Amino acid sequence: MSAHATYQPRNAFMRWLERRLPIGGLVYSSFVVYPTPRNLNYWWTFGGILTFMLAVQILTGIVLAMHYMPHVDYAFDSVEHIMRDVNYGWLLRYAHANGASMFFLAAYIHVFRGMYYGSYKEPREVLWILGVIILILMIMTGFMGYVLPWGQMSFWAATVITNLFSAIPVVGEAIVTWLWGGYAVGEPTLNRFYALHYLLPFVIVGVVGLHIWALHVAGQNNPDGIEPQSEHDTVAFTPYATIKDSFLIIVFCLLFAWFVFYIPNFLGHPDNYIPANRSVTPAHIVPEWYYLPFYAILRAIPNKLLGVIALAASLVVLFFLPWLDTSRVRSARYRPVYRQFFWAFVVVCIGLGWLGSKPPEGNYVLFARIFTVYYFAYFLIILPVLGRVERTKPLPTSIAQAVLGTGLPIGAPAPPPSAHKA
Amino acid sequence: MAFRRSIILALALAALALPALAQEPAHEETPPKNRWSFAGPFGKYDEAQLQRGFKVYREVCSVCHGIKMLAFRNLADPGGPGFSTAQAEAIAAEYKVQDGPNDQGEMFERPGRLADYFPAPFPNDQAARARFNAVPPDFSVIAKARGYERGFPYWVFDMLTQYQEHGVDYITALMQGYEDKPPAGVTVPPGGFYNKYFPAHAIAMPPPLSDKRVDYTDGAPTTVEQYAKDISSFLMWAAEPSLEQRKRVGMQVFIFLVILAGLLYFTKKKVWREVELHPEDLQPRPPAEYPRTP
Repeated sequence: MSAHATYQPRNAFMRWLERRLPIGGLVYSSFVVYPTPRNLNYWWTFGGILTFMLAVQILTGIVLAMHYMPHVDYAFDSVEHIMRDVNYGWLLRYAHANGASMFFLAAYIHVFRGMYYGSYKEPREVLWILGVIILILMIMTGFMGYVLPWGQMSFWAATVITNLFSAIPVVGEAIVTWLWGGYAVGEPTLNRFYALHYLLPFVIVGVVGLHIWALHVAGQNNPDGIEPQSEHDTVAFTPYATIKDSFLIIVFCLLFAWFVFYIPNFLGHPDNYIPANRSVTPAHIVPEWYYLPFYAILRAIPNKLLGVIALAASLVVLFFLPWLDTSRVRSARYRPVYRQFFWAFVVVCIGLGWLGSKPPEGNYVLFARIFTVYYFAYFLIILPVLGRVERTKPLPTSIAQAVLGTGLPIGAPAPPPSAHKA
Repeated sequence: MAFRRSIILALALAALALPALAQEPAHEETPPKNRWSFAGPFGKYDEAQLQRGFKVYREVCSVCHGIKMLAFRNLADPGGPGFSTAQAEAIAAEYKVQDGPNDQGEMFERPGRLADYFPAPFPNDQAARARFNAVPPDFSVIAKARGYERGFPYWVFDMLTQYQEHGVDYITALMQGYEDKPPAGVTVPPGGFYNKYFPAHAIAMPPPLSDKRVDYTDGAPTTVEQYAKDISSFLMWAAEPSLEQRKRVGMQVFIFLVILAGLLYFTKKKVWREVELHPEDLQPRPPAEYPRTP
């Protein structure tokens, strides 16, 4: 890429500091002059939105932790104490609970964007893998957070999910007892979930740091999926990307505020306002909406062990995506067939989510099975084969050409992607 | 073009899933929607209604149902039933609250104070079970702990129209859903009552309300329907005492965010105009105050 301007502070203190700890230069090169492709669309703002949501979750979470009591007898009441007696406690709690939903919503859009534009492909494999690690950490953190209010759904979700480990042959039961810290979900379980729910977000912060580092090494992908070749293809991160990200973060906040202030319990289940009771099982145990597709995959398979394996595999398969997709063209813009399979995949994921909220009976199971087969076939059959047989559209020779329609005439045979590096 | 084909493909897949939809079991009786003063973005509780609901709670429900997270001081909180502090104090004093131990190590009873919480009708669950063979649920958050399934696609409209009064609508319907004779083919186990809105229809609670059971002094009709709405409103407030503050702050936040989003949008347009007008000048240029190195 182009030679960056180096950071030469005018302020005397910053000059003094720069010779000892070049943190100003790091920020300057990463977030000011850092070149970003000029053709990024609004789907590229979700990384910024996610960073913002992570900060919101950590800040609200720390204050909530000051008032919450991780004890089976007090947890439920302490949450209500936050709602009633803590100044703006209702805002903290509703922002945190709905913030989790918004965080997942943004994360899923971010993942689908990466898949649509082939952002996981060489040289961004490690960047993608770090993202999958973040997603798995988010799933664990969100689950443990849902247990903390100690309502009926909290308790029974904890019971059902930890029980999945009992499907492991020989050592399964021992693992479950070890996870619970007893012979049922109880005080030790709640305490350790609380400890881990406080710990994992900071692990996420660490991996997000690596994710951003890897991003800044490889550079951003873009809607055309070709590497920037000259300064004509990029704009400086500040002000171009910062102002665009800020605008979309505020638009996203409007959606967030809609839930927090007007329908704060819409995404929750009423049963979680009933204190946990080990002798009463809820009629339907349903996870939060963002786990429903995985829950549908789990229940689609009649064998418990195989179901758990499929659930785990549905996430693990994402690690291998960079090598499963054999196409050398990144962006779905130039892959007409891939694009249709991709949108079918999105529909299947949403369909699995809907099926996960339904009781596992009749046609629901049948469709959950069909969709599960498509989910795995997409990664294991369609992508490897499609990359070899698909006739892709000619790539533009440069981002500037794609944006401005100059340079080579559109439709001229495109050189292979590796040639763009020259 | 290809996008349109993708849409068609998606619709075809959705159509495939329709038979599954059709298989859904026949719906139970759905609680009718009511008009609530506290619904919508500008919703506020109706003070008179909350006071009537509190009266129904005190004279009928509180015999069996506690409301342990509600304190007497809450009755005078802003955004509540609108009692004055003196009125709330007087109400508290009508209750006997256990306190202690005193200097002799004895527990004793004294009149309630503003800081006390509403005393529970039973000392423990076992006492309730001994009397009713069941534990009547606490009412503190019950308006949020009840609801009914709206199903797809209604929940999408609910999300857009801010309909979140499922719990109160259900409670209002439940109070009026008792029927002396269960429909043919339905047997209610002994000690149960038929209620068309209760899941599985056999409820252990006898019909709690009847016309003229509670005297209203403000001229509101003393009918089961009115009682049901009033008690539901009261329970909504007990479960969500900060609702008015939440919606008020929400509107301020919305106005702020909309203005900020507008300013950011136009700033963004201005910043990017240069890129659109002079693409040939495009360089990852540093801001003016930092000179570039050659």
